[in-house]
Amino acid sequence: MNAAAERLALSEPGGSFTAAFAWAFSRDLRLTMRHPGETLLVVAFFVLVASLFPLGVGAEPQLLQRIGPGVIWVCALLAAFLSLPGMFASDYADGSLEQMTLSPHPMSGWAMGKIAAHWFATGLPLTVLSPLLGLQYGLGGDTLLALAAALVIGTPVLSLLGAACTALTLGARGGGMLLALLALPLFVPVLVFGAGAAEAQASGLSAAPHLSILAAGLLVALVGLPPAVCAAVRIAMD
Amino acid sequence: MSARLAARDLACSRGPATLFRAISFDVAAGEWIAVRGPNGSGKTTLLRCIAGLTRADRGEVLWDGESTRAAASRFRASLLYSGHLPGIKDDLSAEENVQSALALRGVAAPEGAIRSALADVGLEKRRRLPARRLSAGQRRRIGLARLILDPAPLWALDEPLTALDAEGERLFGRLLERHLATGGLALLATHHDLAPAPARELRIGA
Repeated sequence: MNAAAERLALSEPGGSFTAAFAWAFSRDLRLTMRHPGETLLVVAFFVLVASLFPLGVGAEPQLLQRIGPGVIWVCALLAAFLSLPGMFASDYADGSLEQMTLSPHPMSGWAMGKIAAHWFATGLPLTVLSPLLGLQYGLGGDTLLALAAALVIGTPVLSLLGAACTALTLGARGGGMLLALLALPLFVPVLVFGAGAAEAQASGLSAAPHLSILAAGLLVALVGLPPAVCAAVRIAMD
Repeated sequence: MSARLAARDLACSRGPATLFRAISFDVAAGEWIAVRGPNGSGKTTLLRCIAGLTRADRGEVLWDGESTRAAASRFRASLLYSGHLPGIKDDLSAEENVQSALALRGVAAPEGAIRSALADVGLEKRRRLPARRLSAGQRRRIGLARLILDPAPLWALDEPLTALDAEGERLFGRLLERHLATGGLALLATHHDLAPAPARELRIGA
């Protein structure tokens, strides 16, 4: 062993939220980059399913405009759901989650970092693509804007809710089915107000009330769900 | 500061089976304790209890006289735990794995230090390969590089010699010796006889 084997020092003995957040966010995004296939599949699923509806129900402009926002929201919700199991499963399987739990940093730091990375890799691409898909349904400019605005506020809520549900199903047999039973009902309010925003805009009303409720939901989720994620991870470790 | 780990009257059961009870021990700086027992006797559970991953039914663990539950963050900053699953990411290279594991523990490691630690464990040429392309023993050596760089005074390692060859075992022995010489302490669940002899053996089960 040579001289370089000198020990390094702990930079922040007490740990810090921001350091943990940055660590988890950059690490998860790097891992996503190494395997872009998974993210691309989620996005491809979203685009394909949203494009199947106009083919299935026929090219009747009024009908398409009527169902467009709802269909796009359901597709986004299912696509976000598809990406959930990967959020903690591999870290649980290879022992990384143990290491994270035992790090001196606060758990909520890396948990939030992971959730943010999940949103960055799924919610954000879905939001960016949604106006393009909306064009297939003949939605107007204002409606497309309301749709994207609702998605940009709503998809982080999906990531947060999904993280709590995924963490709860860690180590459970048949976790996938259980996850669907847990997460999909919780997604309903997000779907209702998210799709409602674009529909209100399309029918000449303001999307603002729906967006405000969604934003309020996001704030509640930001405060309430990270502790739930941490508690669920701790239970999974025990 | 001379660090000290103590367990008082630890008990843990899994379902109806009591794994161990009334476990008490002290480890002072410069000592290591071997946790021994047959398969399934609860060595892993004991280490997890001490690390704080599993909640003990009874008893407490003291680090420098403070309960590790009360001062969890301070305790974790001093603890390097490695279980059966070493937490190595298949998609990251050996270098990135070490860097990431250290950063998670709040240790900022310069690239040169990581590189020389990987050279010490014999992975210098393979340091940029994804971990999935390394053998089981080489993956263990990534863990050894972590032991070289991490300043944690307390090691809690579960079967650290699994999959290591004879040379790897000797390397681990040297690392342990250096760790103890610099005031570290260790709790190892292992069946092997290591070069620095344990201060005590903790027999559980049976």
